[in-house]
Amino acid sequence: MTDLRAAVAAGALGSEESYRALLQSIVEVARAIFGARASSVFLHDEAADELVFEAVAGEGAEELIGRRFPSSTGVAGWVLVTRQPLVIEELQEDPRFAREAAESTGFVPKGLMAVPLLHDERALGVLEVLDRPQQAAFSLQEMELLGLFANEAAIALDLLQRAREARAVLEDEGGEGAALARLAAKLAELEPERREAVDRLLEAVETLLEPPALDDSL
Amino acid sequence: MANEPAPAPPDEHDEDDDPGLPAWSLPADAAGRIAIGVEWPERVTRDWAFGGSTGKGVRVCILDSGVEAHHPAVGGLEGAIAVVKDEEGELEFVEDTEGDLCGHGTACAGIVHSLAPEASLFSVRVLGAGFKGSGSVLLGGLRWAVDQGFDVINMSLSTTKRHFADLLHELADSAYFQRTVLVASAHNMPVESYPWRFSSVISVGSHEETDPLTFFYNPNPPVEFFARGMSVEVAWLGGSTIRSSGNSFATPHVAGICALVMAKHPELTPFQLKSVLYLTANNVGGGGA
Repeated sequence: MTDLRAAVAAGALGSEESYRALLQSIVEVARAIFGARASSVFLHDEAADELVFEAVAGEGAEELIGRRFPSSTGVAGWVLVTRQPLVIEELQEDPRFAREAAESTGFVPKGLMAVPLLHDERALGVLEVLDRPQQAAFSLQEMELLGLFANEAAIALDLLQRAREARAVLEDEGGEGAALARLAAKLAELEPERREAVDRLLEAVETLLEPPALDDSL
Repeated sequence: MANEPAPAPPDEHDEDDDPGLPAWSLPADAAGRIAIGVEWPERVTRDWAFGGSTGKGVRVCILDSGVEAHHPAVGGLEGAIAVVKDEEGELEFVEDTEGDLCGHGTACAGIVHSLAPEASLFSVRVLGAGFKGSGSVLLGGLRWAVDQGFDVINMSLSTTKRHFADLLHELADSAYFQRTVLVASAHNMPVESYPWRFSSVISVGSHEETDPLTFFYNPNPPVEFFARGMSVEVAWLGGSTIRSSGNSFATPHVAGICALVMAKHPELTPFQLKSVLYLTANNVGGGGA
């Protein structure tokens, strides 16, 4: 029930907007720290199995949000599937890459850094930083910095997804979780005495729903 | 090209197939029969380990995004298959005519070829069928490659899903016992991922040196070796080259060195091969000769 109350609260407080703003701030800081031309976060849309532009800083920022592309091809797809970061410093003439890049970024970058956004066991998306200045060869220190940004972005993306799921539950009146969400909302409005009674009842229901303990013997 | 995985190689523990070698225990009169074929010098040098080797006779599998066979840096492929899912979700192993869907597999093949120019390269593409289901495609591809009995499997892939870990572990151990060396990219981020963490594989991270034959043993595992992975000029799509960084480029450097050693000493087990890598690592004494 705690999750549903949180869901109600999250929906009420507009946390989705806050997490979007956090994600936007992360790509802007990443772009600034690396002195790059652009930076973006792609979310893996599980239902469609595609990567979607979720936040963009720098070039192409406006028109790219919401644009989609395949989840397992190209550099971002490779990074998502393999869960390995990949840094490309000097792209030479490669028409296929140029076409794909132009489709997915709005311009043809000379270089890019891409890192998977990992949270627990899941790969949630990809962070890309485009056209870092070519002052020196890419270093392990920068790779580490990229990893730190990726951790932050992964947490923000996870929160954003949760907020969206919570909103979907609340908005979907006929859906599976709708009755529970309505209950949670009503529970939150009850006076303390009755609420305590309902809490006890729900605890009993919860006990009934507990799965039997697993046999843990060798 | 067969659509089905080839049958597994014969079980080397089967007494009918291999009456000479005791596999499960060592009877009193059998000690002479397990004499080690390789004569190890007093000091294992790089010259002994892979001096003059071109990787000839060694089969290296690139488990990745596919390989551009005609890229000048690759020098041709022995074969290429793609692991795809049919309409029922069953895995199929089909001849791969797509080439490379990212560039990364071509980069890895090019690195192995640059170090071991006469090693035979085979591409197993496990990318391109979407992110969903990529776990079973990856596992299927690795199982297929292990069943083929390649000498070296280069894999810059990892999963964070724990329910795949057991299956991957079994596969990694099967490879190890049948003398297939699995070389896998380590993660340079603090996440639990597999199969590079298993001790039956050779895990590789990056150093910042520029020499392709410079590699270090790491006395603080789980990452066991560091090889060249930063600012590497690699083969990419459309016959191009790019400058690129990542542990996934350090991995084929070690795979290439493994191919060189195995071509010269084909009787080495993965344990012995790892020992040779250790003894010839730059921080252990192998940097010079």
